[in-house]
Amino acid sequence: MLQKEGQVRIPSGCAISAVISTDGTRMTGEKIVESMKPMHERSNGLGGGFAGYGIYPEYKDFFALHIFYDDDACRTDCETYLRSKLEIVREENIPTRKIPQITDEPQIWRYFVTPRHTLLNSMQLDENEFIARIVMHVNTLCDGCHVFSSGKNMGVFKAVGFPEDVGVFYRLEEYGAYAWTAHGRYPTNTPGWWGGAHPFALLDRTVVHNGEISSYDANRRFIEMFGYKCTLMTDTEVITYIMDFLLRKQELTLEEAASVIAAPFWSTIDRKDEAERKKLQYLRTVYPSLLVTGPFSIIVGFEGGLMALNDRLKLRSMVVGEKGDRVFIASEEAAIRAMEPDAENIWAPAGGEPVIVRVKEGAY
Amino acid sequence: MGIRYLTPEFEVVRNDARCIRCQACARQCANEVHRYDADLDMMLSDEMQCVNCQRCVSLCPTNALKIVHSDCRLRENANWDNAHIREVYKQADSGGMLLSSMGNPEPYPVYWDRLLINASQVTNPSIDPLREPMETRVFLGKKPSRIRRGENGELDTTLTPQLELSMPVMFSAMSYGSISYNAHESLARAATELGLYYNTGEGGLHEDFYQYGPHTIVQVASGRFGVHEGYLQAGAAIEIKIGQGAKPGIGGHLPGIKVGADISRTRMIPEGSDAISPAPHHDIYSIEDLRQLVCSLKEATAYTKPVIVKVAAVHNIAAIASGIARSGADIIAIDGFHGGTGAAPTRIRDSVGIPIELALAAVDQRLRDEGIRNNVSLVVGGSIRSSADVVKAVALGADACYVATAALLALGCHLCRTCQTGKCNWGIATQRPELVKRLNPDVGSRRLVNLMTAWNHEIKEILGGMGINSIEALRGNRLMLRGIGLNGKELEILGVSHAGE
Amino acid sequence: MKRVYVNEKWCLGCHLCEYNCAFANSGERDMVKALKGRTIYPRVHIEEDDQISYAVSCRHCTDPLCVKGCIAGALSVKDGTVCIDHNKCVGCFTCILLCPYGAVSPGPDGLALKCELCLENACGAPACAAGCPNQAIVYEER
Repeated sequence: MLQKEGQVRIPSGCAISAVISTDGTRMTGEKIVESMKPMHERSNGLGGGFAGYGIYPEYKDFFALHIFYDDDACRTDCETYLRSKLEIVREENIPTRKIPQITDEPQIWRYFVTPRHTLLNSMQLDENEFIARIVMHVNTLCDGCHVFSSGKNMGVFKAVGFPEDVGVFYRLEEYGAYAWTAHGRYPTNTPGWWGGAHPFALLDRTVVHNGEISSYDANRRFIEMFGYKCTLMTDTEVITYIMDFLLRKQELTLEEAASVIAAPFWSTIDRKDEAERKKLQYLRTVYPSLLVTGPFSIIVGFEGGLMALNDRLKLRSMVVGEKGDRVFIASEEAAIRAMEPDAENIWAPAGGEPVIVRVKEGAY
Repeated sequence: MGIRYLTPEFEVVRNDARCIRCQACARQCANEVHRYDADLDMMLSDEMQCVNCQRCVSLCPTNALKIVHSDCRLRENANWDNAHIREVYKQADSGGMLLSSMGNPEPYPVYWDRLLINASQVTNPSIDPLREPMETRVFLGKKPSRIRRGENGELDTTLTPQLELSMPVMFSAMSYGSISYNAHESLARAATELGLYYNTGEGGLHEDFYQYGPHTIVQVASGRFGVHEGYLQAGAAIEIKIGQGAKPGIGGHLPGIKVGADISRTRMIPEGSDAISPAPHHDIYSIEDLRQLVCSLKEATAYTKPVIVKVAAVHNIAAIASGIARSGADIIAIDGFHGGTGAAPTRIRDSVGIPIELALAAVDQRLRDEGIRNNVSLVVGGSIRSSADVVKAVALGADACYVATAALLALGCHLCRTCQTGKCNWGIATQRPELVKRLNPDVGSRRLVNLMTAWNHEIKEILGGMGINSIEALRGNRLMLRGIGLNGKELEILGVSHAGE
Repeated sequence: MKRVYVNEKWCLGCHLCEYNCAFANSGERDMVKALKGRTIYPRVHIEEDDQISYAVSCRHCTDPLCVKGCIAGALSVKDGTVCIDHNKCVGCFTCILLCPYGAVSPGPDGLALKCELCLENACGAPACAAGCPNQAIVYEER
């Protein structure tokens, strides 16, 4: 019997793409969907998805939970659980467009929520940790339910299908975001499960990823010590948790986190000046189990910015381009040209060299 | 002499057509098996004395010699095999405990041989270590649970002391006394050249070897032989030896005959006295006592050196390791039941303890389950026979491996398992000067360096095949392993899937 | 120049150097054929008592007494190596008397025998050093 995500580890190749406006200008989803078309061959129709930042300005103080349900029964149970922990200020089906390319959809719901404050206080947690634990609980213990987006003023939209069809299905032209990321999937062994598509998200942090990491189980077994549960057994999931751990729990900067997961070679570190050498050596010594090896190109989305990163050998393609206040990142230059034919300064970041783009302070 | 119950175990087969009477065999056999008779112009053999160490075979310039198992055997009996019967005869003769050396030779499962390593195909490129950087550097020691920052937000990069290894292997504890001066010098020099560490064992540190201190792990065992402040200061790390795989539950025993002037001075005991380590540390009757010793040793060395606690792999090793991980120790060393020794009661060596593979898998998982894996590094030994074993150990969760038997083999040991007699023809497990000099440390250290260099090449090649370019991405990466011919329980303990899954 | 050096500390007294020497200079391809049942005439000798042992062979002196004293002109220095021409040697053994190291010895045919560093035989480099099991004999530049 074919096993689905979470029962078996599934390696996959992929296409990724992203755009961000450093001025915080809202862009509808059409362009990012367009960017995936020239990379059609990098996907195989078994998963596509998008993340948009700044799409829920009217609910920006609430966590937006996007949840797949297999049926009404599990939804009722899950909602009971959610209500016991959270104030839900709005709940609805996520609007979709019926198209022949996308079939077998689960129930797709959206909730705007905030933690119950009495609970928050009694558990002595900050609200991010509180929400993260609820996501872990639902995804590991509630059969048939899968939270696939859980941040504030952002959302993930994903499905089984080609990414350009997924964009049409979710009516992305109706959302305005200051940053979009996109993903087309080429898994090698999956029946196609909606939760297994990318981006993968925890809180406001999303990851789209192209590659197959060889360090997977070393990373997974380490990160699971800190309360994360890798239920999907995909690279993207574990990278998302690593980023969450390093950035939110360990409070590293993005650059420092990049030096952990795509650490410079010792021979490079040994050549650095003393302060830099000490710092890099420290990070590699403290977080050896979070070094990610094998090919990857990832784009990490977070509130107010994006970070793109290649593995340290640059075993996956990834290019960056600019035009005006916008920065584009994609697996192929063709994807950038599809969004902006006149994109400038197209360059390929070196392996392990993070590209961090932030929206101007106050503009998101 | 009476009735001779024990017949020779081995036969010396000499091809007289090839023998040129050079007598190298006679001159080199400390057991006095070979003898030249001028009247007969023949080489004669006293096979009762032969231990099958193959020194004569290795030195015979015309390949005229071989040592074979005698086929003079008792009537076949699947229950009472020859070994059991011989041991009964021996004990009926002597009234004593049976003594043996080196690791458990009994046919227990070797799990390393039931684990297979992964490689990349198509979805992920393999990496060529001849063309791309391939890293095997390892840091052993406690990792902080949180980073700290200075006032300006810069990282505070101070760490508790760490051991830096150029590859995930160290030479494990063998005392001066159990092995020779020249064997120690070979290990010390090789460790220094390789950027690794060797371990003094419980016999103290000879004054000549303080110069290799930065690559020395000094051991503190229950006998406290040779332990003083200068000794603790001399090493790069301090190891508290609770037990060893070959003889869990009992201490070391160096007969007085081996305690000559040099060893007496190094161990700080009277010349000619038996050096008998107590079975337990008499200041450690429980886990909280261990914490006190860890802290005492750290106090004595101003918190500049990591402390290792070495234990034998026994039944409840996971719980023991969990206790050690909370004791303030920086590194846990676990020694499996295949681990070697200079001398152990045969019954204990062959029947006590558990395989290191299962112990490692259980400990690594337990420490992760408890969220304290970062408190300590894990070093495993007993027995690591090849680079493939190292790779499998790291994938199961070890930070590094201890090797001793493999190192002795590199020095010439032929595993005849009679170290306890002190007549090692290879100059390793002996203190007799004419035998000790057979191991020239120039040769010994180079052979050790060669062995480790070869292993490191192989480790890099295997890593590259898996698409991994740094050893830390392999550590605990059990997806890179598959079991072959293992039952469900074994797979569950090892935390690996079966081949084909 | 590279010479044969011996380190008494590592000499085991196994005498294998003598046999390797005799074999190397036998012209035979098989040691058994070369040495079986024969008295050997090596150019290196182990000196030993109960306590110590060491190998003795020609030092290839820079100003060799044996060459000076040779009445037949059989001994000469070629590229630093003291060589003997057996066609010229008359077996007077003046060289044996003169050598302060006892490194020259009489051979089976009544002529003097001495180490020529195996440079002329099939080994090409001293067989005693190559075969020494403990590197007590080394062939190196110092």
